[in-house]
Amino acid sequence: MRPLTDDETKVLFEKLTKYIGRNIVHLIDRPDEPYCFRLQKDRVYYVSEDIMRKATAIKRQNLISLGVCFGKFTKTGKFRLHITALPYLAQYAKFKVWVKPNGEMPFLYGNHVVKAHIGRVTEDIPEHQGVVIYNMADVPLGFGVSARSTVDMRKIDPTGIAVFHQADNGEYLREEDTLF
Amino acid sequence: MGRRAKNKQDVPLPIELDKTHEGKVTKALHDKLKHEAIRSRKQKENAQRQKNSRTDKAANSNKEQGKRKNIAPVEDNSIVEKKSKKTKVVEVESDQMVLDAPDDGWDNAPLESDSENDDDDDDSIDEFDSAEEELPSNISDVSDAPTRNALDLLSDDSDDEDGIEGGIESYDEFDTDEDADEGVTFRDMEKRSKMLDSMREEDEEMAELERLEAGGAAEGERELFALPTLEQVEAEKEAPLDLQQVQLRIQETIRVLNNFAELRSPQSSRNDYMDQLKRDLCHYYGYNEFLMDKLLQLFTVGEAVEFFEANEVARPVTIRTNTLKTRRRDLAQALINRSVNLDPIGKWTKVGLTIFDSPVPVGATPEYMAGHYMIQAASSFLPVIALAPQENEKVLDMSAAPGGKTTYCSALMKNTGLVVANDANKDRERALVANIHRLGITNALVCNYDGREFPKVMGGFDRVLLDAPCSGTGVISKDASVKINKSQDDFSMLTNLQKELILSAIDSVNADSATGGYIVYSTCSVTVEEDEAVVDYALRKRPNIKLVSTGLDFGRPGFTGFRGRTFHSSLSLTRRFYPHTHNMDGFFVAKFKKMSNKIQTGENEFTVPTGSGVKLKQKKKKRGN
Repeated sequence: MRPLTDDETKVLFEKLTKYIGRNIVHLIDRPDEPYCFRLQKDRVYYVSEDIMRKATAIKRQNLISLGVCFGKFTKTGKFRLHITALPYLAQYAKFKVWVKPNGEMPFLYGNHVVKAHIGRVTEDIPEHQGVVIYNMADVPLGFGVSARSTVDMRKIDPTGIAVFHQADNGEYLREEDTLF
Repeated sequence: MGRRAKNKQDVPLPIELDKTHEGKVTKALHDKLKHEAIRSRKQKENAQRQKNSRTDKAANSNKEQGKRKNIAPVEDNSIVEKKSKKTKVVEVESDQMVLDAPDDGWDNAPLESDSENDDDDDDSIDEFDSAEEELPSNISDVSDAPTRNALDLLSDDSDDEDGIEGGIESYDEFDTDEDADEGVTFRDMEKRSKMLDSMREEDEEMAELERLEAGGAAEGERELFALPTLEQVEAEKEAPLDLQQVQLRIQETIRVLNNFAELRSPQSSRNDYMDQLKRDLCHYYGYNEFLMDKLLQLFTVGEAVEFFEANEVARPVTIRTNTLKTRRRDLAQALINRSVNLDPIGKWTKVGLTIFDSPVPVGATPEYMAGHYMIQAASSFLPVIALAPQENEKVLDMSAAPGGKTTYCSALMKNTGLVVANDANKDRERALVANIHRLGITNALVCNYDGREFPKVMGGFDRVLLDAPCSGTGVISKDASVKINKSQDDFSMLTNLQKELILSAIDSVNADSATGGYIVYSTCSVTVEEDEAVVDYALRKRPNIKLVSTGLDFGRPGFTGFRGRTFHSSLSLTRRFYPHTHNMDGFFVAKFKKMSNKIQTGENEFTVPTGSGVKLKQKKKKRGN
């Protein structure tokens, strides 16, 4: 377990900014407790400093997880957000897409969101921007990348892809072996 | 008829039964039906035999009717057999057949000797009414397979005692189907109800008579039941008897054991009967002799059989609401909208729900994936309820995977403080981490140590939960392999491990904690070696702890003595849970309070123990003291 290097921090924050924009400061400056990012076996964990300090007692090879895993660094140095980051992304998301009940399961099975399934959508999503997907009851389901801007979304046909799938809650079941 | 008093044993596992019968024809249900079909066939034979013997008796008392009676059983036999081949659809017709068939006089005939035809007509009407009365008690009777209807299915395990009368009672069963056909008008209501009253009285008298008679018959018959000889036992090893006969013999043996003084055969000792019973139970339920011995020591024979029966049935699926993300009412509503049939588990928990049946897999609904609930056995709520973690505490879960209890702790602590989830098995930790993340737990720290290393890795916890690895004798319904693959070696290995773990757990707790200082020890095993003996060992080794009430207002108190061993008297504060009484997995919960961190070893001498002193890397060796 170690703090992130400057490069790693930059890559991570760039990624997060795509989803939560300037709200990223809320992750760092929390009113309740100081939180920090820690790297453990190429996974990035977001954890309160108190827990982090207590975790220093545990050997590196015995430490499996602490706090919330945000994602992992790939071998090429890119950062990949995992579905486990969803609670925080959902809390601070700038761009949101709500899917209708009939689109819920297709998305949770790992499919892209097609236009026909969209119930509501934030007004000003640009193209290729990170969006968080909710169902109509405001339960976050996952996140993805907008395939079109909101304006263009209106023009595509109902089967056209509106949001590219990146991660969804179904991965807890499908990817349990590789995710953790 | 009128056997209400006799049938006063509670129908076991009502919740479970509801569930299985509302659900689809699952494999479990299918197996069970098969099982019951076999059983009822056995009972039919049994009943037939009983009837024959009774008929003979009646013949003696009533010579005039003797002739008819000797013929009757034969006819009955053929009818019953015929019926058993028929399907349910033609049941009503066959009922009629039985009514028209010679009434062998179990209801009224022996008292009257009118011409047979009149007799039959009267009886058939009377019987409708009495059958209506009898319905509740019939529920707990096991009847012939073809008459099995939805109500009968409820009867499940109640066969042991009144199986013998099953065949006779089945007449009532036939009649119940036709009740609806009889028109009930307001005018004759009063007359009918009077008739019912008189019928009931008559029934009771009859029942009394029959009871006496049955007692006599049973005793008479006992003389006939003898244990198989040694040669027979040897022969059975070569060619095992079929299960029906074995079950019959189990019943007989239990009956003898329950009234040993009167019913025993003079040549056989109690041990002979017990040995035979043990062999039969092993054969019938498929346990190995070692485990059978252990379990028979734990229960009376009757209860042991209930326990074995309960182990053949799966416990209901239960879920726990994740209070960090939702409320139970909202979750229940969401699931009901998916046509899931559910109910709260019981009064003792505010977060549990029992799933009776569900058209969708409960482990793959969007709510599950969003972390709104956790599939968790009802029994594994208990240690966490007993632990009662408070906000901002530091809690250790020593063997945490797959995380049901850990996440419950976190939920109770509202994601504050710290929960250290440890498990010795790295593969199982994957599921643990997945569940922690899915349920939105942020205060968890997951590590992979042998629990016995604990006070050295990290100590000073406010509360420690030790759900010790165990033989799993409480969860045989989940994992039937326990029945055969456990031996003395496994038990000594496990109890040894449990004793080391409990010392580690105790030493990891900070007794000076303002809010805590508690340890909860739990196992999913029912054997005394793994439960009371381990707790007793801990009490002796660590005088700085004491047992406190678990805060669970149900469950049976733990044993304070067992087969000549006496445990600390406070062991009655621990709680045991059994599948056949509580409809949850067999479970044991004990809660300790640590009084001080130091142990006085002599005058002005104190030690602070740090675990059981096992050297883990080397061969296991205990510190001598």
